[in-house]
Amino acid sequence: MDLSFTDEEVAFQSEVREFLEANLSADVKDRYSRGIHFSKEAQERWQRVLNDKGWLAPNWPVEYGGTGWTATQKYIFAQEMGRASAPPPMPFGVSMVAPVIYTFGNQEQKDYYLPRILKSEDWWCQGYSEPGSGSDLASLKTKAVRDGDDYIVNGQKIWTSHAQHANLIFCLVRTDGDVKAQEGISFLLIDMNTPGITLKPIIGLDKEHTLNEVFFDDVRVPISNRIGEENKGWTYAKFLLGNERTSIARIAQSKLRCEHLREVAAAERVNGGLLQDDIDFMRKLNQIEVDLMALEYTELRMLSKIEHGETLTAEPSLLKIKGSEIQQRLTELLVESLGMYGAAYEALEVREGRNDQNFAPDYAHGPMAEHLYLRAATIYGGSNEIQRNIISKMVLGL
Amino acid sequence: MDFELSEEQVLLKDSIDRFVKDNYGPEDRIKLSQTELGFSRDHWKTMAELGWLGMAFSEEAGGFGGGAVETMIMMESMGRGLVLEPFVSTVLLGGALVAEAGNADQIEAIIPEIIEGNLMMSFGYAEAQSRFNLNDVETTASKSGDGYILNGTKAVVYHGGTADKIVISARTSGASRDADGISLFIVDSNAAGLDIRSYATVDGQRAADVRLENVTVPASALIGAEGVASPVIEKVIDGAIGAICAEAVGAMAAANEITNEYLKTRKQFGTAIGKFQVLQHRMVDMYMEAEQSKSMSDMVAMKLDLGYADDTRKAVSAAKAQIGKSAKFVGQQSVQLHGGMGMTDEYSIGHFFKRLTTIEMLFGNTDFHLNRFSNL
Ligand SMILES: Cc1cc2nc3c(=O)[nH]c(=O)nc-3n(C[C@H](O)[C@H](O)[C@H](O)COP(=O)(O)OP(=O)(O)OC[C@H]3O[C@@H](n4cnc5c(N)ncnc54)[C@H](O)[C@@H]3O)c2cc1C
Repeated sequence: MDLSFTDEEVAFQSEVREFLEANLSADVKDRYSRGIHFSKEAQERWQRVLNDKGWLAPNWPVEYGGTGWTATQKYIFAQEMGRASAPPPMPFGVSMVAPVIYTFGNQEQKDYYLPRILKSEDWWCQGYSEPGSGSDLASLKTKAVRDGDDYIVNGQKIWTSHAQHANLIFCLVRTDGDVKAQEGISFLLIDMNTPGITLKPIIGLDKEHTLNEVFFDDVRVPISNRIGEENKGWTYAKFLLGNERTSIARIAQSKLRCEHLREVAAAERVNGGLLQDDIDFMRKLNQIEVDLMALEYTELRMLSKIEHGETLTAEPSLLKIKGSEIQQRLTELLVESLGMYGAAYEALEVREGRNDQNFAPDYAHGPMAEHLYLRAATIYGGSNEIQRNIISKMVLGL
Repeated sequence: MDFELSEEQVLLKDSIDRFVKDNYGPEDRIKLSQTELGFSRDHWKTMAELGWLGMAFSEEAGGFGGGAVETMIMMESMGRGLVLEPFVSTVLLGGALVAEAGNADQIEAIIPEIIEGNLMMSFGYAEAQSRFNLNDVETTASKSGDGYILNGTKAVVYHGGTADKIVISARTSGASRDADGISLFIVDSNAAGLDIRSYATVDGQRAADVRLENVTVPASALIGAEGVASPVIEKVIDGAIGAICAEAVGAMAAANEITNEYLKTRKQFGTAIGKFQVLQHRMVDMYMEAEQSKSMSDMVAMKLDLGYADDTRKAVSAAKAQIGKSAKFVGQQSVQLHGGMGMTDEYSIGHFFKRLTTIEMLFGNTDFHLNRFSNL
């Protein structure tokens, strides 16, 4: 057991820090640190910078463009990204579909899709959930029927994040309706521009458009766009969800939020003093930081297990539950720190007939919208109730 | 002791319930909140015609002499529909300040106009540095000839953008945070030097930041005597807290009904999700929070009607602390139990969550009132 970094690791840390300082542009940093949804142009610009350095996909195997870093280096990198307010790459390509492609895809698929993800040429979205199939994902009904060299896809997906920016969607579809639900599912890669696909935006509680409904009406998809075997899609889907749950903990970002909260507490005035002198408030912040530290060391302990060749079972569910709860408590506290200015959640937005520029402090812009959006953190990626079910079944045998 | 409503009170409740049912379906509310005004002047007229705007005012002032219990009844029913009209701002804040401390001329000029639905008001008390401390007033009013000159900035003035008159708290003497030296002024919304920045709030309502730059008001704009407004403000705000507690109770009841129904109808894994025990227990907790809140809201209304003493203030803070906590829990869990459906602005549950979230902050958040409770 040893917590310290080696000299090489310390040097690596400085290298990452210096790179981020020199290359992260102010607008990207500002949006991300406020918790405001990305702009596609800025996100793409930033991903290109990372990729030019070879750091877009540290977790991939080296042969496909990964960095070959140790778990410690990956940890250092994630921490430094968080510390610098650098947004991670969009997850749908880099950390969701890519591992499925390089693990289960054929050579042609790897050669085609992986470089395009690295170069941010493709924007992916995730077509799992359907109106009748959320937590019970395996009950999904979107159907793919063979017709020559193609599948004909009919059905509907919902809650598809950022589909409006995407040119590709990875989809779970039913290819066999006569077997156990999990056994008739296939994993398809579908071009969003194929005739028969339509999008309908869903406006969220934060008044932003991140969610969509995606409709499939006789959409022709080449059979060659299927990952792995027909009717084995559930295996690939679950593999992906496991990865999703780890990255969803967002520990580095939460650390950054803690720091931001300390800054706000040092600026907000209360009773002639500052919010940072308010014991009740600071206690809450300190409690969150302690919980976050516990989560961080839990994650490190799990990474160490992986390094030593152990396989995880339901541990990612723990990270997801604790990580999402901490995210929510942090934005809630951030809103609380603003006093009544939390209510004016579009503080800097000037909109004809709705919003004049008010006199709120600059940092009042963003927290309420983020607080609203992050209520979803305990819903998406498998709800926290479902994660608890998984732990109780797989770890505790209940 | 009796927690039951009188026959008259039942009629009052029924009439507002009917209004809400007819006019505040989820879609109506969403549409209305997105208009430039953010509420309906027609609804306001209806409220005047049905006598609701006069309920809280004394008969001498032209009102119906209702008490805090009547206000509670009305607010609870309005909370069920998340009614958007500036009832609290106009009647329970602006109007109540005038009724409480104004002179005969002011009362005569203002209260009947409010009751008839011709005049809207709001109250600018908070400032960027004040947080929830009502005495932390840095806006100044200095004497000049026959009147006063006002300077300062008021923050998050609910319905400040649509008010005809805004009551402003300002310091005529003393240092910032002194209880002594605070005065109240009635300022016309079109007064020269008034910069009103109106914006949408997260709960679908409207608020404004109001900057006063050498705004001149006549001596007749002063409510009550100079420098002694602090107790008046505290009392009126406490009444308004009672009211929004009732609003939260109505909103929680509605959110729980909607969620309960959803648990019965939404199916996953081949069964209604309400069959999962973890969700049953969650829903039970939400129900219990709502019941505890209803008890506190009823209690505080009845106490306010018995007079206004230290004990009343303590009760107000207790109610606000309890309801703040419950509102947060019920709001957040209603969204959680709806899954993705809870996250869309096109569906009603999220709007209950958002209003419950702001009620927790309004007039002092849960921590603030726990502290006030322990210091009183
Ligand atoms: C902001 C956001 C972004 C999303 N992005 C995507 C995306 O990009 N792609 C995609 O495919 N999907 C996406 N989703 C969908 C998400 O994965 C689902 O919302 C989630 O799986 C829950 O499904 P549901 O919404 O149908 O809720 P339901 O499954 O209907 O659940 C409703 C409630 O019941 C509970 N529940 C259900 N079953 C059980 C059980 N057995 N035991 C105990 N409790 C249970 C749930 O926890 C929840 O509280 C997103 C969702 C949100 C909110």
